Amino acid sequence: MDLSYLREHFDVVWELSVAHMRISISALLIALPIAIVLSVIGIWLRPVRQPVLWSVGFLYTIPSLAMLAFLIPSQGLGLRPTLILLVMYAQVFLVRNIITGLRGVDAATLEAARGIGMTQAQVMVRVWFPIALPVILAGVRIALVTIIGLAVLGGWVTAGGLGELLFQGISTDNPAKVLAGLIAIVALALLADLSVRLLGSLTAVARARRAAARG
Amino acid sequence: MINRIYEPTAGQIYIDGVEVQSLKASELRRHIGYVIQQTGLFPHMRVTDNIAVVPKLLKWDKQRVAARVNELLELVGLPPEKYARRYPAQLSGGEQQRVGLARALAAEPPTMLMDEPFGALDAITRGRLQEELARIHRQFSQTILFVTHDIEEAVRLADRIVIMRDGRIVQVAPPLDIVTRPADPFVSDLVGAHDVLRRLSLMPVAAAIEPLANGAALDAPSVSSHAYLRDALSMLVDSGLPRIVVLDEDGHPAGTLSMDSIQQAAAPPQVAAPEPAPAER
Repeated sequence: MDLSYLREHFDVVWELSVAHMRISISALLIALPIAIVLSVIGIWLRPVRQPVLWSVGFLYTIPSLAMLAFLIPSQGLGLRPTLILLVMYAQVFLVRNIITGLRGVDAATLEAARGIGMTQAQVMVRVWFPIALPVILAGVRIALVTIIGLAVLGGWVTAGGLGELLFQGISTDNPAKVLAGLIAIVALALLADLSVRLLGSLTAVARARRAAARG
Repeated sequence: MINRIYEPTAGQIYIDGVEVQSLKASELRRHIGYVIQQTGLFPHMRVTDNIAVVPKLLKWDKQRVAARVNELLELVGLPPEKYARRYPAQLSGGEQQRVGLARALAAEPPTMLMDEPFGALDAITRGRLQEELARIHRQFSQTILFVTHDIEEAVRLADRIVIMRDGRIVQVAPPLDIVTRPADPFVSDLVGAHDVLRRLSLMPVAAAIEPLANGAALDAPSVSSHAYLRDALSMLVDSGLPRIVVLDEDGHPAGTLSMDSIQQAAAPPQVAAPEPAPAER
């Protein structure tokens, strides 16, 4: 394994990693509210639930490179088409898990919440979402890891990020450069996975579960 | 419908002269205690936070909430130092329902709705919780609307029983009247009124009490005035004496029971004749 590029140009790899993470997290932060709205619509309006799930599933089956190419004429190059792509592909994991998580909350718990006088919004924020949070975070974790992988395509449309290393390495026949990009991406994905897991273990439900396991 | 979980299609419901439809549903519910069979405790909140939900919704200040939570835990028989910081999953079914009861009582609601609250509990736990509910009710005398399928539970706890069949009210009466004067054969069947022992098991000692005669043998076995006639009868038979003593709440003799008085109280119920079937055309 030729780690020369990684050693000699660590500052470049670091900078691109930071840019890569910035793109990925921006995409996640844009994708989340959209997914929450879609999911809540899917929960409240029974007839549109399946169509919503199908649509986000269908989006994911379109080859990402083709989708990006398709976006260029209308969106141009750079950050815009990349973010749109990432947001689209994250939906399937987010929406699926948010809907599953919310539906998994015991109906009696929700009835009690309403019955003791919470408004619909309070039920959502204090009871429904907190209890569904571990399942939702599992979706966020998969979505973020997927986004980090897909964001490599940003390098192809001058959005920056670690994709630049990969594409440059390929076109200049520089395997050390490709390897450096690859290692950085894997490291970012692992880091992201770990961070969201950690976040999950801090949720109220996780705390309650640990307490129950202790007896 | 009373707390507007379901909205009526017709008619009005009034609580203390206020039509429930005229209030905001969430405001209305904060002043009605609500207990359901599945407890509906919030699994992600500690016992303290579960109980504090309604006071917090009503924006009580922190100290008042904390004091109230401790008071309630004591009231429902869960020592705060042991239970306050637990999660619902760390409690038994009976303990969970105690927390459910405490949560419903938290903001001192004048009205409570209880939907088969003890239905999922074993007989011993149920009995214990029934006793505590009765005690809490004696202490605070809220109006409690208590739904149950267990007629003995209804007789034990109620001041007034409403018997419903197929969505219609069949009889509204105090427990003793339900047992001794069932409105129709359905009610009679429901309470098992044709079986004298069963009838006695639903009738309080007070229904057969005789005034203390002068010189009555007060050293005879005694029974509490809260007990049921069936237990009193078995005690009477066991004792081999003509009468046993009834004690009031303070443990003072309040009267006696004899075979005669029990027999009189247990006279067959007067079942109202079923309504004649409408003539066929």
